[in-house]
Amino acid sequence: MVAPWLNRRRLRFWAGRLAHMALVVLGIAVVNFFLLHLAPGDAAQVLAGEAGSATPEYMAALRRQFGLDQPLPVQFAQYLGNLLTFNLGFSFRHGLPVLELIGQRLPATLLLMTASIGFAVLAGSALGVVAARNAGRLADTLISTLALLFYATPVFWIGLVLVVVFSVGLDWLPVGGMTSVEAGYAGWDHVRDVARHLVLPAATLGLFYLAIYTRLMRAAMLEVTTQDFIRTAVAKGLKPRRIALRHVLRNALLPVVTMLGVQVGSILGGAVLVETIFAWPGLGRLAFEALFQRDLNLLLGILLCSSAVVVVVNLAVDLLYTVLDPRIELAR
Amino acid sequence: MSIAEPSFAPARAERSARRGLAARLLRRPSAVAGLGLLGAILAMAALADVAYPVDPLDMVGTPFLWPGADPGFPLGTDMMGRDIAAGIFHGARVSLLIGAVATLVSLVIGVGVGAVAGFFRGRADHALMHVTELFQTIPPFLFAIVIVAILQPTMTNVVLAIGLTSWPSLARLVRAEVLRLRDGEMVQASIVLGLSDARIILTHVLPNVLAPIVVSASIMVASAILTESSLAFLGLGDPNIVSWGSMVGAGREVLRTDWYVATVPGLAIVAAVLALNLLGDGLNDALDPRQNRR
Repeated sequence: MVAPWLNRRRLRFWAGRLAHMALVVLGIAVVNFFLLHLAPGDAAQVLAGEAGSATPEYMAALRRQFGLDQPLPVQFAQYLGNLLTFNLGFSFRHGLPVLELIGQRLPATLLLMTASIGFAVLAGSALGVVAARNAGRLADTLISTLALLFYATPVFWIGLVLVVVFSVGLDWLPVGGMTSVEAGYAGWDHVRDVARHLVLPAATLGLFYLAIYTRLMRAAMLEVTTQDFIRTAVAKGLKPRRIALRHVLRNALLPVVTMLGVQVGSILGGAVLVETIFAWPGLGRLAFEALFQRDLNLLLGILLCSSAVVVVVNLAVDLLYTVLDPRIELAR
Repeated sequence: MSIAEPSFAPARAERSARRGLAARLLRRPSAVAGLGLLGAILAMAALADVAYPVDPLDMVGTPFLWPGADPGFPLGTDMMGRDIAAGIFHGARVSLLIGAVATLVSLVIGVGVGAVAGFFRGRADHALMHVTELFQTIPPFLFAIVIVAILQPTMTNVVLAIGLTSWPSLARLVRAEVLRLRDGEMVQASIVLGLSDARIILTHVLPNVLAPIVVSASIMVASAILTESSLAFLGLGDPNIVSWGSMVGAGREVLRTDWYVATVPGLAIVAAVLALNLLGDGLNDALDPRQNRR
């Protein structure tokens, strides 16, 4: 007998989801291929990083490998074939395959993303709850104004201001990087060191989203409070605290989780700015370097992998949704 | 005898409602603040050539004059002796122009895709929504970076990149609204009258979706301004024009000693984006019929 959670409906859901994911990845590949051909010069020059930086033999090999003398559909088939074998090309500037470079840098970006989203969701939700419970009063006005300001402030500017205040002025936190290389920490010292380096970049990236989650949570709390089941809970004589946590918060979390899926892509974009400012060795910083070295193929590889991250996170969000609200069925 | 086309579009009641919109908007302090702020920035953009006729990229004073140190340069000068106030004025023009035109581009795409998908449903809807989802999956800012990097950083390409990457959520919104109207009596009656699809969409469907589009547009201009400044900060702006983002980017190099060079233009961005967001919020409240009853 199959496990109860793996019934036919769920299996069909996952099959559909996977097919859908494959379609999206294919679409992204089409867009990437198109962009590659939009660049000035032929694709081999783009792939080689910069005209002249590769040997003529390598250029000829590239043209053969990508079949640049072939008609476009054949070229596309070959491009897809390369993608399916996880061949994203080679970065001459870095002297490494693109995929390997991205693999090296991805963990730092994921750490930054998780930290800033965690900060934004936790602090934003807390502020939203406080604002909703004090709706119309001073605390609400204060929090709402702050959220409005953070929502309007460019990420890169927040980063620079935080550096001026906390690194240059107060000298509390490091200006940039991920570790103090010269100190050579190990074990818990290393973790603490990375955490210290993480504070400013995570706060910079998170403040914009904190504003969003604050507003969202405030609205959701106010909305949920008016619903029937809350009245029932009150009538049952539950303590206000328990109602707020168990009934209101749990339901108000749904839009927060939805937002998470919508925001991943934008967070990855913000990571480019934040990692550039704080010299955080992640994908965003790599994208910035690729930009300046005109390593367009590396840039396209980063775009592809970032999109893949978005797809995976959205899948996780769907799963989380069914956990938070059992009424939501996974079938379509 | 020919049957006159019934007039579904703004009837008298709606016209008076529209007149009431301005009044409703002006009753909200945050919307008034937004309008005032936006008016000031528009005035700066309009008066840039009068107030600062010299190219803001020219060296006009001693480098590193702090704000207030010289009455001739109220906001100081940067490391090249360029007048920061002149940059703010001329930058206002660039930011508003790029924000408005980029929004126009994504309005055309987003409204077009949303209206066609919602109106024709079926296969067209399916295909267009797949494309929309694809564009939503690709991280928009990274996408814009790649487009500008490949096409060269000119003002037109920056506008294109922002416009091409910011339409999906609008398309979804318009589609949902059109789907709602599609089965309404108004559209059904128009079909019975034998009006062409294009005419129904343009004269009967879209005017009724205008309110949410207007609200989105003001928020979209705000986020276009943010994106433009972010691109310029990374050095992906047109090198021949001054933009608030590029001013912050240039100031970054002297952050440790002369932090005002980077922070002053940043405040201009905050003001512009805040103004448009406040206006959008105000419009949203004023246009929402559920709110009016209160």
